[in-house]
Amino acid sequence: MSVLKPLPRWADVVLLPLLNLTLAFVVSGLVVLAIGQNPLHAMWAIATGAFGSGYNFGYTLYYATNFIFTGLAVALAAHAGLFNIGGNGQAYVAGLGVIAVALLLDGTHWIIVMPLAMLAAMLVGGIWAFIPGYLQAKRGSHVVITTIMFNFIAAALMVYMLNYVLKAPTGMAPESRMIAPDARMPRLAEFIDFFRHTPVNLSLFLAIALLVGVYYLIWHTKFGFALRTLGQNPTASRYAGFSNSKIIMIVMTMSGALAGLVAFNEVLGVQNRLVLDFVADAGFVGIAVALMGRNHPFGIGLAALLFGALYQGGNELQYVVPGLTREMVVIIQALVILFTGAMEGLFRPGLQFAFMLFTPEHKAEAMARESAGSES
Amino acid sequence: MDLNFLISMLDATLRLSTPLLLACLAGLYSERAGVFDIGLEGKMLMAAFAAAATAAVTGSAWAGLFVGMSVSVLTALLQGAAAISLKGNQLIAGVAINMLAAGLTTFLGQQWFRQGGRTPPVSGDARFSSIQLPFAAELRNVPVVGEIYSVIISGHSILVYVAFLMVPLTAWILFRTRFGLRLRAVGENPKAVDTAGISVRRLRYQAVLITGLLCGMAGAYFSIAQGAGFGNNMTAGKGFIALAALIFAKWRPVAAMFTCLLFGFLDALQIRLQSTPLPVLSDVPVQLIQALPYILTVVLLAGFIGKAVGPKAGGVPYTKER
Amino acid sequence: MTSEGTNAQRPETAAAKPGASDWAIELEKINKRFGPVHANKDIDLSVRRGTIHGIVGENGAGKSTLMSILYGFYNADSGTIKVNGAIQNITDSRHALALGIGMVHQHFMLVDNFTVLENIILGAEDSRILGTSLSRARSELGRLEKEYDLKVNPDALIEDISVGQQQRVEILKALYRGADILILDEPTGVLTPKEADDLFRVLRTLREQGKTVILITHKLREIMAITDAVSVMRQGEMVKTLETAKTNPEELAELMVGRRVLLRVEKGESHPGKPLLKITNLTVADDMGVVRVKDVSFAVRAGEIVGIAGVSGNGQTELLEAITGMRDQRAGDVIVNGHKLFLKGDDGASRARAAGLAHVPEDRQRMGLVTNFQAWENAILGYQNSAEYGGGLMLDGTAARAAATAQMQRFDVRPLNISLKTSLFSGGNQQKIVLAREIGRDPDVLIVGQPTRGVDIGAIEFIHNQIVKMRDAGKAILLVSVELDEIRSLADRILVMFDGQIVGEADPATATEGELGLMMAGISNREAAQ
Repeated sequence: MSVLKPLPRWADVVLLPLLNLTLAFVVSGLVVLAIGQNPLHAMWAIATGAFGSGYNFGYTLYYATNFIFTGLAVALAAHAGLFNIGGNGQAYVAGLGVIAVALLLDGTHWIIVMPLAMLAAMLVGGIWAFIPGYLQAKRGSHVVITTIMFNFIAAALMVYMLNYVLKAPTGMAPESRMIAPDARMPRLAEFIDFFRHTPVNLSLFLAIALLVGVYYLIWHTKFGFALRTLGQNPTASRYAGFSNSKIIMIVMTMSGALAGLVAFNEVLGVQNRLVLDFVADAGFVGIAVALMGRNHPFGIGLAALLFGALYQGGNELQYVVPGLTREMVVIIQALVILFTGAMEGLFRPGLQFAFMLFTPEHKAEAMARESAGSES
Repeated sequence: MDLNFLISMLDATLRLSTPLLLACLAGLYSERAGVFDIGLEGKMLMAAFAAAATAAVTGSAWAGLFVGMSVSVLTALLQGAAAISLKGNQLIAGVAINMLAAGLTTFLGQQWFRQGGRTPPVSGDARFSSIQLPFAAELRNVPVVGEIYSVIISGHSILVYVAFLMVPLTAWILFRTRFGLRLRAVGENPKAVDTAGISVRRLRYQAVLITGLLCGMAGAYFSIAQGAGFGNNMTAGKGFIALAALIFAKWRPVAAMFTCLLFGFLDALQIRLQSTPLPVLSDVPVQLIQALPYILTVVLLAGFIGKAVGPKAGGVPYTKER
Repeated sequence: MTSEGTNAQRPETAAAKPGASDWAIELEKINKRFGPVHANKDIDLSVRRGTIHGIVGENGAGKSTLMSILYGFYNADSGTIKVNGAIQNITDSRHALALGIGMVHQHFMLVDNFTVLENIILGAEDSRILGTSLSRARSELGRLEKEYDLKVNPDALIEDISVGQQQRVEILKALYRGADILILDEPTGVLTPKEADDLFRVLRTLREQGKTVILITHKLREIMAITDAVSVMRQGEMVKTLETAKTNPEELAELMVGRRVLLRVEKGESHPGKPLLKITNLTVADDMGVVRVKDVSFAVRAGEIVGIAGVSGNGQTELLEAITGMRDQRAGDVIVNGHKLFLKGDDGASRARAAGLAHVPEDRQRMGLVTNFQAWENAILGYQNSAEYGGGLMLDGTAARAAATAQMQRFDVRPLNISLKTSLFSGGNQQKIVLAREIGRDPDVLIVGQPTRGVDIGAIEFIHNQIVKMRDAGKAILLVSVELDEIRSLADRILVMFDGQIVGEADPATATEGELGLMMAGISNREAAQ
């Protein structure tokens, strides 16, 4: 078996994701070509659609806010070796927490409603993720399967709640009544003209703060140390005296709480009421964002911005290039997940080989690494 | 509840269980071989679209079925390449496939047919129509037995019969043939298979191929047998119900059939309840019935009723050398 | 990547020598590398047909690799393989099987939820339909059972039968495939003494029937008991092949270990004080629920090193894991400095550590280190909650890095780079990182498993001296090692473990290797002393 040296850090965190992203764009470009459109034209349309004006950029940031929340949710769990595929469901039920606070505190000023709604979103989202976490830690059920199931259970639960419990008495549609204007989370457009009429709101600052917060949590707290140890080597984690089952439950709860903040943004800041499917697919985009961002908050910030731009640009695409719809973005996103997440083996060996060819002096290091792992 | 109601419910159950059953058996082959597949949904969706598009253009249901199955197989092989050859994360590969299918089908649908992602409706030869079994008409008036035969059993599309025939066939392949023995072995202990001189990779690709074929059939059933044309996201999470059924059936073919019938019945029931409330069930929310397959599966997974333990080597790419 | 070493052709005269076809297996100049690890260096080996041929060597000597090459599981980088006198290029297991070579792996290659019969035919089915294959196999199995006296119920599930029975299935699997040459890799490692005796009886029957058996083991007792010839391997090389009748365990042991620089540990008299670690009636089960440690009691006093000697797999691992909170105890107590440890739950290790018990685990990479972490992170692993690394929830990276630097300097870890990924350090330096961490906090009790496994000579001396220093500082040290030399030179008192029990105690100053060897083979202290 040939021994390939691990990639230098910069290649691992920058070059490889960029290569995979490029490949995703190239394949999507081929799809565009196949239907007889110019891919470069489409790219330009997406870019101007996302960044062309304050209006466009405001929407980009609004999408990015959600993707930061779900991307962090996926990444935090991933650092502990858990794949939380249930961000969608966690975000969805968290809407119940937000709407409950907002409607119960009807007529209260947003400065009071906002922190409470935020906590409620995190609490409900956290509980929805805690259950799969508990089942994995104590009963050995695989968290991937249970979180998938919980997405569907959440969907059914929300339809029920909106139809039978929260439906506005006067309305026909399955949605709650509107949150009183005073209680709504202010949009940035209220302070900054640049973002006129766009839904981007104060929760963007929360998302940015959480990027920093999660970074500190993972790399600068004792709990972060514990969860990373668990994710890398459960035996060593037990050796270090951590209770692996407790870490799993806490991390899943935190992950769900992060995903739940999508509801905070959407319900209190954008829709101002609880509606069906307000999460769209933010939970799944979070997977792409976390993979693309290499599970690092800095990368997640960039990847969330990228996907925010793709989503917003995708919306504008159809007006510029006839026939190209926002589904193009879903395709790109799927390809990013496929190439960065599941087909990493496509580029890595070749890249490693290329690096070894050009840096023979690193061979010794590779040797040292291998002999450390030797046994017969 | 009168007999007519029961018969019509069972008739609907059979129709609604068919795609579940095909997808569930599809997943069974992969997972028994040690390749976790949460991309059943995506493969079905791809096939549903390809089948409807082909049938609409060619006017032939069989052509639609063929293309649908081919597309599903290609998708399965892409997933297999990631999971088997490139030793990638099987779960992430599944997520990607589902998302790709959702995007690609809608996108291409809008491009090709300009009907908001729908394909043109298919009818006549472009659709699998119901088959009257022999003597169905004659026996119609025989009480109970005749009605069961002519209404419940007769009068479905050919794919329904194929799906249910796949159950004994799968059981036979799995438990009575050399291929089945090896397939089960490779999902439990691939190293045992490797040391016995059989290629793990080849077996897993074969399994993934069958998964693709069956998912293709399930997808085609949605768009050109049960339905008459493709609509956005028309599989609507059925791939995940099939996955739940597979776990619930503990990866066994006959149990899978009964689980799919149960889940199909729950589906028929909730559809029925949405139109006409039934006296007994008036207090049960439809959504609870919709969520029941998932809830049951979680409860089973948690070991509160029996224990579902999947193939031991599931989800782990096989690496021979150290 | 690499394939070096001479591609040796056997001289023609040798191939033509009379009686060449007496050899079932002839290996010449076999080389195999795993990256930079030269697992097999120019190995020559000839095995006479119809004999039981032993291959002995320490862990890591390259025995299993060599046999995996013969069985086609790995391909050699260079060298020639002859089977029954003809040169063969064995590409895969199927090919080896076709040549009549069967292998019983150390870890059985069985499918747990299959029946015995299904396992036997797997890969050797003679029909696409299972029923036909199974019924033919059933009658063939009946014949084999009679011929070799290998009773096993063909319809039992593997998971329901004993380990000894499972091994029979592996042997039957090979015989069913027509194996004439049977390789057994450490076959008795998992067997009870009774089962091992049964196995030897079977192997003798096989020999009588004209089969060739290659037995890989590191247990000299077995070599002496059953083989006709024995080859000794050491560090990837073939040292010597001898006729069993003309050798003795002492000679083999010496060949296995080699005339390595005798590791002199400078240490004075021990002055034991009060017991710091007391183990009472400890009984421990492994993950499969098999009881591995049976009602063990002993004490380690301040200022002494107690060594636990024994053939690996006799419960030492489970003993260490139970004492350090890595494994739920079945019964019994661990008392550190007068305080009984509460070790239930999956965080028992934290309470053991808090009580003043430090642990250098047997398998560093699996347990003692997170190899993907930077060195400084591993320098605090297990002690991360200590106040010096930050109060409250935060981890004080600066303090941790400073502590790591100090630890690594004190233990001369090279390179002295706290930000280097731990996997990039050599084995010896990884071990130093662990030792520095565990010793650095001045624990009352130090538990050390295989302290020098995979460590180069230079580091061994350093590590030994550190352990002695701990002792002289009045700490209690429990040392487990499969290296008898290491135990003898370090320990002040030796306890011998066999089959989950302490079967004897010896004074390293007076006990001979032979006496210890007998105890390790399960023959008790008193008998041995006679």
